[in-house]
Amino acid sequence: MPDVAHAAALALRGETNAVPTSRTGEFWRAFSQNRGALVGLALVGVLVALAIAAGFLAPHSPIEQFRDFELAPPFWHAGGTLRFPLGTDAVGRDILSRIVYGTRLSLLIGTISVVISLTLGCVLGLLAGYFRGIVDTAIMRLMDVMLALPSLLLAIAVVAILGPGLINAMYAIAIVLLPHYVRLARAAVIAEAGREYVTSSRIAGAGAFRLMFATILPNCMAPLIVQATLGFSNAILDAAALGFLGLGAQPPTPEWGAMLASALEFIQRAPWVVTSPGLAILITVLAFNLTGDGLRDALDPKLRRSTA
Amino acid sequence: MNALASAPMLEARALTRHYRLPGGRFAKRNVVRALDGVSFTLHAGRTLAVVGESGSGKSTLARQVTMIEMPTSGELLLDGRDVARATPAERRALRPQVQMVFQNPYASLNPRRTVGALLEEPLAIQRRGSRTERRDAALAMLAKVGLRAEHYSRYPHMFSGGQRQRIAVARALMLNPRLVVADEPISALDVSTQAQVLNLLADLQQAFGVAYLFIAHNLQVVRLIADDVIVMHHGEAVEQGPKDAIFDDPRHPYTKSLLASTPSIHRRRRNTPS
Amino acid sequence: MNARATPLVNVSDLRIDFGTPERPLPAVEDVDFTIETGEIVGLVGESGSGKSVTALALMGLVDAPGRVRAARMQFAGRDLMKLREDERRRIAGRDIAMIFQDPHASLDPCYTVGYQLDEAIKLHGNTSDRASATTRRARACALLREVDIREPEARLSAYPHQLSGGMAQRVMIAIALAGRPRLLIADEPTTALDVTVQAQVLALLSRLRAERAMAILLITHDLAVVAETADRVVVMYAGQVMETGSVPEIFDAPRHPYTQALLDALPEHEPGRMRLRTIPGVVPGARDRPAGCLLAPRCAFAQELCAAARPALRMLAPHAGVRCHFPLGAR
Repeated sequence: MPDVAHAAALALRGETNAVPTSRTGEFWRAFSQNRGALVGLALVGVLVALAIAAGFLAPHSPIEQFRDFELAPPFWHAGGTLRFPLGTDAVGRDILSRIVYGTRLSLLIGTISVVISLTLGCVLGLLAGYFRGIVDTAIMRLMDVMLALPSLLLAIAVVAILGPGLINAMYAIAIVLLPHYVRLARAAVIAEAGREYVTSSRIAGAGAFRLMFATILPNCMAPLIVQATLGFSNAILDAAALGFLGLGAQPPTPEWGAMLASALEFIQRAPWVVTSPGLAILITVLAFNLTGDGLRDALDPKLRRSTA
Repeated sequence: MNALASAPMLEARALTRHYRLPGGRFAKRNVVRALDGVSFTLHAGRTLAVVGESGSGKSTLARQVTMIEMPTSGELLLDGRDVARATPAERRALRPQVQMVFQNPYASLNPRRTVGALLEEPLAIQRRGSRTERRDAALAMLAKVGLRAEHYSRYPHMFSGGQRQRIAVARALMLNPRLVVADEPISALDVSTQAQVLNLLADLQQAFGVAYLFIAHNLQVVRLIADDVIVMHHGEAVEQGPKDAIFDDPRHPYTKSLLASTPSIHRRRRNTPS
Repeated sequence: MNARATPLVNVSDLRIDFGTPERPLPAVEDVDFTIETGEIVGLVGESGSGKSVTALALMGLVDAPGRVRAARMQFAGRDLMKLREDERRRIAGRDIAMIFQDPHASLDPCYTVGYQLDEAIKLHGNTSDRASATTRRARACALLREVDIREPEARLSAYPHQLSGGMAQRVMIAIALAGRPRLLIADEPTTALDVTVQAQVLALLSRLRAERAMAILLITHDLAVVAETADRVVVMYAGQVMETGSVPEIFDAPRHPYTQALLDALPEHEPGRMRLRTIPGVVPGARDRPAGCLLAPRCAFAQELCAAARPALRMLAPHAGVRCHFPLGAR
């Protein structure tokens, strides 16, 4: 009986591999080459810090009204004070504090909506892409119906059914984002399901459930993660739109969209009341978009490399 | 013990697989005869080589034997039991007996799993052994294919093609199968690496007594490793028999043309008009 | 063949680096070879040998960050490295043509065969070919007929995906022939084809060589293909030429241990042998190249001198050379 191990090891003698780099290390190197992505990530970090430390960083309470200082301008204008650095709104609430606390709300909305949407979207996409046939048709036609409606109208319809409020706005946004994740997940599953490593697991005896969630799903995550990051900014914009229409956060909640809505009439008299929340939305959306782009560029070539 | 005297481990009788092409409800049904009445036997510990070009049906045959697809008609007997008509539950129980090694070493290993996890996965799926027992089994198999313990926690993309193919072979053997279907396992490798993997496969066959259904298009390789040969063309087995009979005395014109077309280092300048 | 005639291709001291100038990653170094008019030279090597990038360097297709340097890279007497960009481009594509491994990846799937042939004729055909659409079409049909494609008029309107692998490769060859090249570089032209189709394509290439006195640089890892089709062989390993010689010299009496090892690894080298002799170890990458002979860590015949000093390519005859301190058979 030949010593198989000895012979095999002999054949590989001298075969040294390059120093193995961890996957995180490789990913970070690819990601950090993109300056825009780093800027985006830094901004996201700042926003998360703001949200967590809102209580410490905000000079005032976001809902406290200072009737003596209604419509005070920012400190660099004549008539402004450092007590209210970005000025106050029509009922004397400090804008800076409201922006800072609003960060918390926007990130919360973005996170919860995206998580709900991503989870549900993955499951539906996996089912559609793996089983095909009538399951696929049913799910995709439903998604087509949802995509046929303009997203804002759909969100309004959902909120109209559920009633106005921040939580319901999150559900509405999650539903609006859902078809995109389902389509992405389904496409990724269809592409991966025919691959040899999946067949290999099937031959080892894996059932449908294990194949879908343990084998295929981890290999589909890259495009989904990118979409999730970009969807974050969509969620924030949608929440702002709903808030603007009075269907999302209700006053006195310091949600940026609602702040925009209540400040519209002052756009000529006191433009800072409109500019600040507008800029906040812009910067947040930009931050997540830059990060998402950087993620996509860093993850895609990596996918291609591992399949030589 | 004369292996040939005992009953065959695997027997195919008139194995047929048709695919219906979509052509509309009332259009003429277009049928692709991927496999058309293929029959053969394979005894334990022996190597049956399936030779054919693209479109010959050899990959379809691999899918039937590994029970990924069911044949349209015909029988596939594993130890005398017909697996072609097996229920999904029966098939799941039979899975450990037939495993597969694929052609492309870059696509056949899950890129998100470590080598150790890849080797333990078949055991975990079949619920064999405790976590420590599985780890020990994986490390032992790694050594058997010439890899080292430090490779256990690395990812596939850190290995060369030849090494990945060893990992694939190791994974196929984890469940101690009676039969390994090798679908062009060396075609994507360099010449010297091919030799290494072929030696490994031969050694493992001697050590474990596993049978091979070896799909190849390179007749020189087939001549080295096969006991019996089936030549396939357009889904049919046009000729089959012991290796020496096929190579020394081919009967079918297709076999003859295959042999004539196969380049050989001993044939010089046959393409140049002298 | 007049041995004193100027070789068609004369490459001397070719070096191709990737990476940065401070830390270069050599892909090819110190490569010399020649190709005579009408000769078929087989360039063999495994992955990492540098054979493909050498061919790309001849065509001027090595892009940054690759840097190509050579003491001499002559084609028909003219040094390609010293030519102006537009002159070089006229030679590459017309006088030197190239075909690749996967014809379906090399042909544009959006355009018909006729369109792609027409494009090649417009770019590289001579004045009478290019005169009008009718002459171009006639030339296209003539080219298709030359590569054994029947009913060429019908094929002109076909799309690449409608062609089989063998037919698509013939179309590639036809496109390459549009400029009446004197050298055809074929990079693994039959690796992706079935063995019966491979035999047909190789026979076609041999016939074209005989009819047009066209030299062919046949790049492949398949030694049997080289044995049957080529006149001379250049064996590369890890970016260097290890041995050159005629086909009988290389296959019957190889001088370099690597050539011998490659032959040993083939199942048919010694029929009846059950176990193949393999080369332990792996090809050195760009970063860990030995100071001495590149094969020394894996060579069964290596001695102290081999690890210390890198051997030079010693020419034993005008077209035969070996890079080894202790060549086989020279004892």
